Amino acid sequence: RGGGRGRGRGKKAGSDEEEDDEDEAPKGRGRGGNRRKPANKRGGGKNNDDDDDSEDESPKKKRGGAANRKKGGKAQDSDEDDSDDGKGKRGKKGGKKGGKEEESGKGKKGDAKGKDKGKDKDDDKKKKKKKGDSSSDSNSNSDEEEESMSEGEMARLMEEVEEKKKLIATIRNKPWRMKRRLVLLKEAQQFVDKFEGALGKGKGRKWYAYKVMMTKVLMGLPYGSIPRKTVPRAEQDTAQDYSVLMDFNVSIRKDDIYFLLSLYFPSKQKNCLYHRFFRVAKGFTFCCYKRPNGRLFGYCKYSVLFYGYYDDKRTIGPLKFRLPLSYLMVGIGSFGYSLMLVIRTMAKNADVGGGDGEEGEFTFAWKMFTSWDYLIGNAETADNKYASITTSFKESIVDEQENQKDENIHLRRFLRVLANFLITCSLGGSGYLIYFVVKRSQEFANRDDLSWYEKNELEIIMSLLGLVCPPLFETIAELEDYHPRIALKWQLGRIFALFLGNLYTFLFALFDEVNSKLEEEQSIKNASIWAMKEYYANYTRMLNDSDATPPPMNPADVIRGPCWETLVGIEFVKLTVSDIQVTYLTILIGDFARAVIVRFLNYCWCWDLEAGFPSYGEFDISGNVLGLVFNQGMIWMGAFYAPGLVGINVLRLLSSMYYQCWAVMATNVPHERVFKASKSNNFYMGLLLLILFLSLLPVVYTIMTLPPSFDCGPFSGRAKMFDVIMETIRLDLPAFMGTLFSYAANPGLIIPAVLLMVLAIYYLNSVSKAYQNSNMELKKKMQMARDEEKNRRNNKDSTNQVMKDLEDLLPNRSLSPPPEPEKPPEPEAKPTKTKPGSAGKGVNLQKDVALASSNPNARGPVDRPPGPRGPGPGPGAGRGRGRGRGAPPS
Amino acid sequence: MGNKQTIFTDEQLDAYQDCTFFTRKEILRLHSRYHELAPHLVPMDYTNEPDCKLPLALIVDMPELKENPFRNRIVESFSEDGMGNLSFNEFVDMFSVLSEMAPRELKAIYAFKIYDYNVDNYLCKEDLEKTLNKLTKEELTPEEVELVCEKAIEEADLDGDNKLSYTDFENMISRAPDFLR
Repeated sequence: RGGGRGRGRGKKAGSDEEEDDEDEAPKGRGRGGNRRKPANKRGGGKNNDDDDDSEDESPKKKRGGAANRKKGGKAQDSDEDDSDDGKGKRGKKGGKKGGKEEESGKGKKGDAKGKDKGKDKDDDKKKKKKKGDSSSDSNSNSDEEEESMSEGEMARLMEEVEEKKKLIATIRNKPWRMKRRLVLLKEAQQFVDKFEGALGKGKGRKWYAYKVMMTKVLMGLPYGSIPRKTVPRAEQDTAQDYSVLMDFNVSIRKDDIYFLLSLYFPSKQKNCLYHRFFRVAKGFTFCCYKRPNGRLFGYCKYSVLFYGYYDDKRTIGPLKFRLPLSYLMVGIGSFGYSLMLVIRTMAKNADVGGGDGEEGEFTFAWKMFTSWDYLIGNAETADNKYASITTSFKESIVDEQENQKDENIHLRRFLRVLANFLITCSLGGSGYLIYFVVKRSQEFANRDDLSWYEKNELEIIMSLLGLVCPPLFETIAELEDYHPRIALKWQLGRIFALFLGNLYTFLFALFDEVNSKLEEEQSIKNASIWAMKEYYANYTRMLNDSDATPPPMNPADVIRGPCWETLVGIEFVKLTVSDIQVTYLTILIGDFARAVIVRFLNYCWCWDLEAGFPSYGEFDISGNVLGLVFNQGMIWMGAFYAPGLVGINVLRLLSSMYYQCWAVMATNVPHERVFKASKSNNFYMGLLLLILFLSLLPVVYTIMTLPPSFDCGPFSGRAKMFDVIMETIRLDLPAFMGTLFSYAANPGLIIPAVLLMVLAIYYLNSVSKAYQNSNMELKKKMQMARDEEKNRRNNKDSTNQVMKDLEDLLPNRSLSPPPEPEKPPEPEAKPTKTKPGSAGKGVNLQKDVALASSNPNARGPVDRPPGPRGPGPGPGAGRGRGRGRGAPPS
Repeated sequence: MGNKQTIFTDEQLDAYQDCTFFTRKEILRLHSRYHELAPHLVPMDYTNEPDCKLPLALIVDMPELKENPFRNRIVESFSEDGMGNLSFNEFVDMFSVLSEMAPRELKAIYAFKIYDYNVDNYLCKEDLEKTLNKLTKEELTPEEVELVCEKAIEEADLDGDNKLSYTDFENMISRAPDFLR
């Protein structure tokens, strides 16, 4: 198009003029000068932008045009419109008024600029230059160039409008006073309104305003409209651990429940229930009279809570719901799911944790400048925040001081060994105690006259151990005198060991019991088979009719065995329930009652209770987290035998969340010194993973090896629980699948697969180690670079003699007309030619170099020569030589 | 108060909207807040941009700022006279910068101003000490304060002049995980 060509020409002209620019410079400067000042005053801001702009002017024009097209409401047409406009103008103005018109236009522009002095600091340079260009144009070759010039004007105008628009869009991000902002905005808008009409883009602003409004609406409420209360005191950081874990557990449990619901629902179909009812009714009378110690759970025992409730019918209902299969699948699947979830969370945490790798860099500075939460508007919260910040500063200070501490190492070693010995003793003691109690409870099982304590002895003992031991450990750990963070880890590890040891002792004792139950069951089974045979025999004999077939009878319907699965489930439920009780009571008594006493007795007491001895309770974050982890492990273990445990646990978690929240807010004070065990929560997640694995073991063991009870539960009558799977493969899947599975289960296939996995793990492990190493290297390098930079800046003028010499030399050198003489070995014409320009500015050069000195690479070639030459007569000679060489090119 | 036209003209509201991170409604609400601070001083009619300023003491008492340890500094750094007297424009400006929508860079600039107690465009040791004492309610011992301030400067100071320029501050704060999450 004509317009396009015209513009092209304009561009060319522009680039030509750039060379002439220097000639025109005084003019341009003269005009630009007054504008430049305010811009300089204001400084900063968008300088980068204009640098770019002024550097590549012609492309910018194009870009600006493109941007216009994009932004403006009139998509494609705008360009043509512009050119048409331009043409029209040209047509009208062109012939008649010529240069005058042009100048007046410019004058207008100048006015406009004068008005909005400040805001076009963005484009000052460029405009200056352009002004220079255009003025030179209009003066020198007004007639021929006029058309292209108006094109250029057009483009310039468009650019300016664009910039104003940009300013309007970003004005809220400028660190200016509101008054100035308002003024500038008004000017910019006026400018845009004025010239945009001519450019045919009036709609842009409205559209933009609409967009802004929408984003504002969508982005929601501003500051102050949301009341906010943070987690109190020192708990803020660390409570995260707890809440994360809590959330996590609740979500796991919820998922589990979901699983299980899908399991329960079909099983509650009518016929099943019917069947169950009879069974339960029968068994209930029978069992309760036979085994009185089950009476505590007498009713619940046959509820959905426990293993024994579920039916062994292979398929239920028209949908052929396979209860036993799904029971097994859910049991195993929930383990798999939990594993996956834990690992995935850990991986995510590790990612997050990787982000704060350079944490050590700005500990104090960050704490100082970013620890206050500006949204706090509540006095109590603010108080808590102050306390928390103080603690965290103290923590950092301790950290810092810990680095410089040095003491009697032998004494400390001895104390540490002693402490570990004591703790091992108490661990062993607690293990033995539990074993003893379990054994005793087995004796109790055969007696009727049990007090409440004797019935619940095991649970009480376990809860008490969990209550007493951690503080004991803490006391012992005082001996060790570790750094608080390490001490915390030790402490957590020990408590964990205690819990785990207790749990496992309990489990082993339980297995003893299970084995005895199995024997008992064997005898009952024999008895019931015998009874069945009797029944058949009697039936035929009594009727005296050999043809009549007796009504079918299952051996399971005759006499109830002890059903060891339910028994295990009951133990776990008891444990959980007593755990809940102990937790709640501890909070109620240990925290609440204590707080009440301290608060109200303080008025009439001889010493300050609040600050002195009893004081308020502390919220023991790590202990609580561990409790959660442990509880979760128990649920994992027990869920297979008592599916209802999951529901109980969800209730417990939900209620205890609110309960503990209340307790923390109402009765607790922050820890004196809080240390997070890990930055990314992965420490606790690791514990969770460990306990998941450990709780997986016994369950899988029972599934794989122990025979299920013959007359209760979904697997009754089968030799092993996993027989259900075989059965399904055999009966429900097509035959070839069966063969496929048998191939897949072949050791010949499994062993290589395992081998492959091990190798893969090995490989990945080594790869990750390599990455770790390189990471460390990089970090070290970064640190070194930083230190070096610091050093260099510190020592800039004092130690580095060479550099100083160099700086002394520089200005002299720049005075001599043919510069860059110091590189005799490289007689290149070009570098010498380019330098004069920069050297011409002379005065600035020294500063430039001083700044550049931070960049060793840029400096390299320059500071070589003086080095070897030494401080002697070198420079003079060098210059002389250099001058001799350098002269010809200039 | 319900009628918008009596407080601001449409153009004014538009302008405020463009200059801040607020919507019309929020601007009006801010005005009513401003008005409530001193009903006898602040006119309801802002169409002719009356010149009226509220003293620091009134502003600092707002619930949003009341608990902030740096409230005086915040208000001072947003006031043109540096004494903490805020006109409505500056008032809006302050809340705009403090709002959630404000970008990190802007907040960093104002944070720097806020922490710069002696208004010399550098955070020197005295500034840090004041900051720290405000943050901890002066519960740290002087030695601890000394240590912390020294450490903080040592960490963040890149050019070795024993005070933090804005570049240092920006460099440090841009990497902080807690700064404007």
